[in-house]
Amino acid sequence: MKILMLGWELPPHNSGGLGVACYQLCKALSTKGADIEFVLPYSADHGIDFMTVTAAHPQGVIEVLKSGIAYDSYKYIYNNGTEEWVDIYGQQLAFEQSVDKLVELADFDVIHAHDWLTFRAALRAKNKTNRPMILHVHSVESDRAGGGYGNPMVREIESIAMLVADKIIAVSSHTKKAIMRDYAIPADKIQVVHNSMDITSIEPLDNDNAYKYLTAMKARGYKVVVSIGRLTIQKGLPNLLRAAKIVIDHEPKTLFVIAGTGEQYVELLELAAQLGISRNVIFTGFRRGKQWRDSYAIGDLFVMPSISEPFGLTPLEAIGYGTPALISKQSGVAEVLTNCLKVNYWDIDEMANQIVSVVRNKSLRDELHANSLKEYQRLSWDDAADSLMSLYHRQAKKATV
Amino acid sequence: MSKKAIVLYLHVHQPFRVKHYTIFDAGSNHEYFDTDYDDRTSNQRIIHKVAEKSYLPTNKKLLELLHRHPEFHLSLSITGTVLEQLERWSPAALKSFQELVATGRVEIVAETYHHSLAFFYSLAEFEVQVNMHREKVQQLFGVTPQVFRNTELSYNNDLASWADRAGYKGILAEGWDPVLDWRSPNYVYRPTYTNNIRLLMKNYKLSDDIAFRFGDSNWSGWPLTADKFTGWLKDTEHATNFNLFMDYETFGEHQWSESGIFEFLNHLPEEWLKNPDHTFMTVSQAIDNFEPVDQIDTPYTTTWADTERDLSAWLGNPMQSQAITALYELQHHIIKTGDYALIEDWRRLQTSDHFYYMCTKWFSDGDIHAYFSPYETPYEAFTNFMNAWHDLKFRLSEKGFEV
Repeated sequence: MKILMLGWELPPHNSGGLGVACYQLCKALSTKGADIEFVLPYSADHGIDFMTVTAAHPQGVIEVLKSGIAYDSYKYIYNNGTEEWVDIYGQQLAFEQSVDKLVELADFDVIHAHDWLTFRAALRAKNKTNRPMILHVHSVESDRAGGGYGNPMVREIESIAMLVADKIIAVSSHTKKAIMRDYAIPADKIQVVHNSMDITSIEPLDNDNAYKYLTAMKARGYKVVVSIGRLTIQKGLPNLLRAAKIVIDHEPKTLFVIAGTGEQYVELLELAAQLGISRNVIFTGFRRGKQWRDSYAIGDLFVMPSISEPFGLTPLEAIGYGTPALISKQSGVAEVLTNCLKVNYWDIDEMANQIVSVVRNKSLRDELHANSLKEYQRLSWDDAADSLMSLYHRQAKKATV
Repeated sequence: MSKKAIVLYLHVHQPFRVKHYTIFDAGSNHEYFDTDYDDRTSNQRIIHKVAEKSYLPTNKKLLELLHRHPEFHLSLSITGTVLEQLERWSPAALKSFQELVATGRVEIVAETYHHSLAFFYSLAEFEVQVNMHREKVQQLFGVTPQVFRNTELSYNNDLASWADRAGYKGILAEGWDPVLDWRSPNYVYRPTYTNNIRLLMKNYKLSDDIAFRFGDSNWSGWPLTADKFTGWLKDTEHATNFNLFMDYETFGEHQWSESGIFEFLNHLPEEWLKNPDHTFMTVSQAIDNFEPVDQIDTPYTTTWADTERDLSAWLGNPMQSQAITALYELQHHIIKTGDYALIEDWRRLQTSDHFYYMCTKWFSDGDIHAYFSPYETPYEAFTNFMNAWHDLKFRLSEKGFEV
């Protein structure tokens, strides 16, 4: 089974969860007999041996940084040290043209494309080869716009591609509903394949947490609530700060750590000041490696207050690093994770109520974590890969008759 | 020689469920239980539903059977918390229970008023609740219970000794194999280290055939008819009394009317009584009629729950033990206030159901269907409970008691 996989990023040059999900999914698929050619818009050394990674056009990169909102632009730091901001729209058109040339040489059974940036290329490939086109939707435009309309050009691409697609994969029922709502796609054309996590890929903690100040404060009886993610409208952080205000009124020895960067940074900083809780709210900026891991580990509770989260890997990572999670019900991960606290993202009072409960009761924290860890340890991409393999076979068969 | 008897004993109970009670309520609103009628935890709505589906149709059938079969007898335990709720929200259901007891062939069993685990935390509090229950039963039914059962059929040697000293003629327990060893539950026993009291042990296989497996079409015994069931009893040679102990709500609530459970109940007496050597007895009658065949030693606590038959469904995780420990820590000050409303709220929070809702044993495995709770998660149950506990503390501090 030969798969033409169209993607936008792979680790280590990933700007977010999309690259990680693609990488781990392909790895699992390769063990089930999938022969994958993964096409990226840039060339780099990935150290991947379970599939063929092809650059659509030679554009060496050592780092790709996504600015704030997903469709704005990318900053590429090239091998020769030069940096360039590339307009994302032009970038995906170039990708489309390259893929158009590439499919003339390649031989494959199905096209599998990840998110809107690759959809025009997928359409072109389908047009040219008449192979079945599977679209994998990790997020739709309204998710990225925090429930708003978003960019009309992006919506147009999503709309046309999904209309033409032979099958659509949604990473959660939450996303499936969004696709049906936004693009009037019939339910039976969309299959939910939940994202997962390769827990063996997780780097372990060491014994020494990088947050010395927080460690010292915890020894003085403080509790730490952590949120990690892009500081962007989709993530719902203003609501977390408003809840934090209530929590601190009830339990003054509570600190909030917000790790990440994004266009809401200044707004959030000002909101914390306005609420009078700046002393208890720490913005760490974007963290990588050990500091990133330790941000999870320092928490007594991890909060993902997203307005709309197609899946949401961070709570699972938090659990892996020893911290139980409170997540918004408007997330895909809420469909698969049972032992966590759940709240509607708009219900600030209830968010505060549940945070206070964890802050006050170690027994709740411990029981939540012990049980969620059991769920975490059962995570794998195996089921997702099985579902996709049988989908490939069905689609390939359909195409040949 | 005495006739072979079915000893049918049904347990009637509803807790005062804690509503969605938040940190905003604590310190400002002292109502923990009553909520909007449509809320998941609405005690009033649940009483209406259970009365309609279970209490009223079952009592009607039981009364009919008592009139039809002079040999038919049974026993009931009814907690104070459900009696109060019936008085408030379903007087018709209460009246139907009173009519059963008025026949003189339905015995009421003693227990704690609040369906609590107080025996394991505070003997003084436990005794108060047992007395409260006795008085409530005397007031509503005009009878005085002679046989004791503790919450969740929890039982051990200490409890048996206590009940013996308190003057009860009998006590009920789970007929759990490790305790019975080679012996059969179908006899009367005597607890070790006691003088006069007798022990009746639940035949859980036969009881669960009705209470749990009745509606299960995958079960080899399905469909269970009264004819088939009494056939199993007849085939059991070594027995004097078959102790069928179960939740009353088996009839119409756990097993829906559509399952045929009322038909089964309807035919049970006539099928069993076809043989003139068969009869029904209340728990007291069984104790009066049969001599104990052996002593039973139960050094550790057994209950009628789960495969473990212990208290782990109520006290097995850290949230549960924290919640119950915190509650009993307030005892001394709460009692000292002499504030009846405060004391009563504290007692209502002792009801074992609150701790059961915090159980994560089944929830962890994702098997939430086996798990009967008005809350979405055990964590939510815990949070509501602890917020109410904080309010109890607040009320104590208002009265000058710092805990």
